[in-house]
Amino acid sequence: MLLKISWRNVWRNRLRSGVVIAAIALGIWAGLFVMALSVGLNNQRTRSAISTTLSHIQLHNPAYLKDSKVANFIPDGEHVTQVLEANPQVKAFTTRMIVNGMASSSAGGFGVSLNGIDPEKEARVTDIHDHLTEGDWFAEGKRNQVVIGAKLADKLKVKLRSKIVLNFQNEQGDIVAGAFRVAGIFKTVSSQYDESTAFVRMKDLEGLLGTPGQFHEVALLTSGLDEVQPVKEELKAALPDLEVRAWKDVSPELGYADEMMNTMLYIFILIILMALGFGIINTMLMAVLERKRELGMLMSVGMNRVRTFSMIVIETVFLSLIGGPVGILLGWATISWVHSKGLDLSAVGKGLESLGVGAIIYPELESGIYFNIAILVVVAAILASIVPAIRALMYKPAEAVRGL
Amino acid sequence: MSIIHTENLTKTYDSGAVKVHALNDVSIDIAPGEFTAIVGPSGSGKTTLLNIIGGLDTPSSGRIVIDGTDITRLSDGQMIDFRLNNIGFVFQSYNLIPVLTARENVEFIMLMQKWDKKKRETRATEMLQSVGLGDQIDRRPSQLSGGQQQRVAVARALASGPKFVLADEPTANLDSASTSNLLDIMANLNAQLGTTFVFSTHDQRVIDRARRVITLEDGKILSDETR
Repeated sequence: MLLKISWRNVWRNRLRSGVVIAAIALGIWAGLFVMALSVGLNNQRTRSAISTTLSHIQLHNPAYLKDSKVANFIPDGEHVTQVLEANPQVKAFTTRMIVNGMASSSAGGFGVSLNGIDPEKEARVTDIHDHLTEGDWFAEGKRNQVVIGAKLADKLKVKLRSKIVLNFQNEQGDIVAGAFRVAGIFKTVSSQYDESTAFVRMKDLEGLLGTPGQFHEVALLTSGLDEVQPVKEELKAALPDLEVRAWKDVSPELGYADEMMNTMLYIFILIILMALGFGIINTMLMAVLERKRELGMLMSVGMNRVRTFSMIVIETVFLSLIGGPVGILLGWATISWVHSKGLDLSAVGKGLESLGVGAIIYPELESGIYFNIAILVVVAAILASIVPAIRALMYKPAEAVRGL
Repeated sequence: MSIIHTENLTKTYDSGAVKVHALNDVSIDIAPGEFTAIVGPSGSGKTTLLNIIGGLDTPSSGRIVIDGTDITRLSDGQMIDFRLNNIGFVFQSYNLIPVLTARENVEFIMLMQKWDKKKRETRATEMLQSVGLGDQIDRRPSQLSGGQQQRVAVARALASGPKFVLADEPTANLDSASTSNLLDIMANLNAQLGTTFVFSTHDQRVIDRARRVITLEDGKILSDETR
């Protein structure tokens, strides 16, 4: 009966209850959408960083991480590749020779991180080749080709098939230089990366450095993000002389951003729920004031304090149980729809690029979040019902029954 | 033996400089089956006395013994249970639960007393029939007239078989026909079931039907007349 009374009480003032239910639904909807947008943006940033540069795990000579001079190659590279080939959880790997140098054209010289790679292996690990806006990912049979970022091409004022000169130090510290022809120009979501990165074939770089079969970095993909940590541990055990780092170790800011985002999103949703809570308190206080005679009668005839308190709490929870799921459903539907289409934020595209994210955002949320929000809504409603319920208990039955 | 016994009841409201004696040394005994009206002008203490007898208010001094229980010694929680199980209330403004039907309203107290569903429904229907509302059981208060609502309130007060019924100005909002009808019903129930009724009223029509009239003035018993 208490449930029946509470449920029917919700609909006594349809307009007022409707406004509260709509406020709850819209608040939850907006909160979920903003959460999904933020999560989507953060995940895109992470995925983009992993797929373009980081890969899942990187291996280095520990000395190279302290001092990135040419001599700090990965020792016993052949053994390393054998270990990687033997591990079934390693989906693909690529080796890189990385030197810092200068790219020059008639327009000037600019610092660049030069990656000597095997184009085929690299294409299995990263997706730079998919980001080409012009040219090819290293044409067969041609020597001294370079693929550079669009921003670097702009700064160097070079086009496809232009020649640029790459200068860098060899193992002995002597400056060596080579002329390379621009074979491709890429554009990723990170303008900073596009400005400072160039790729050449490993064998061309080996020729200039005189260090055949050596490399500084191994980048690899595991069969999934969940496998990263176990594979990292396995490789650490198998290759104790190397520094084995997961993507979160290589780029800790991405990991921190993940954690910070989660915390911030919960704070954000708590603020929304707090605002909704005050709305609920206001509505329920009005209801309790309006029903003073009725509550007085109920207490007079023997309705105890627990039942009176429960009636107000149940009524408030009903309001949230209608508004909450509607908001969650609306949020889920909106997020799914926008996720399938993408939200075009080209107007702030440059800002997003500097964050390492594309102009089109795909909002996304884990299903567990919806459940957590549902629980939070009910908890917020219960907390919000305490003030009106206590107000109801403060009535003196003899006075309340006469509306005094 | 009396079912209601009050002993030297006083109730004083202290509003700073002024002390108001709402009840002053009131001692009464009401026997089972009485049909008693407590009358007097406004401010004479009728409602205060009824509230104190009903355990809705506490006296400043004195004792109230209901069927052998000194209710002035009960805690708040015990008093709520005592009211639920022993006293029926009829209020001036009907005070039905607007979101429940007539039958659900009558069932409400039995529900709090944890009556079995079927027994509860049967009893509620019987009580509504006894107050002439057998054909209105599924109507909500807003679909009933004032007189009909007050009859539902009487049915609710009596349904769980309380030791007595307290009715605070039950006819104040009713027209003549409804008043007469309600009084007939209450008199019949009193005669048939032996339920004790205590009214506070200044309605002459009620006073005329009462078998005992206690008159209060300035918080004191002015007269106590049994007819």
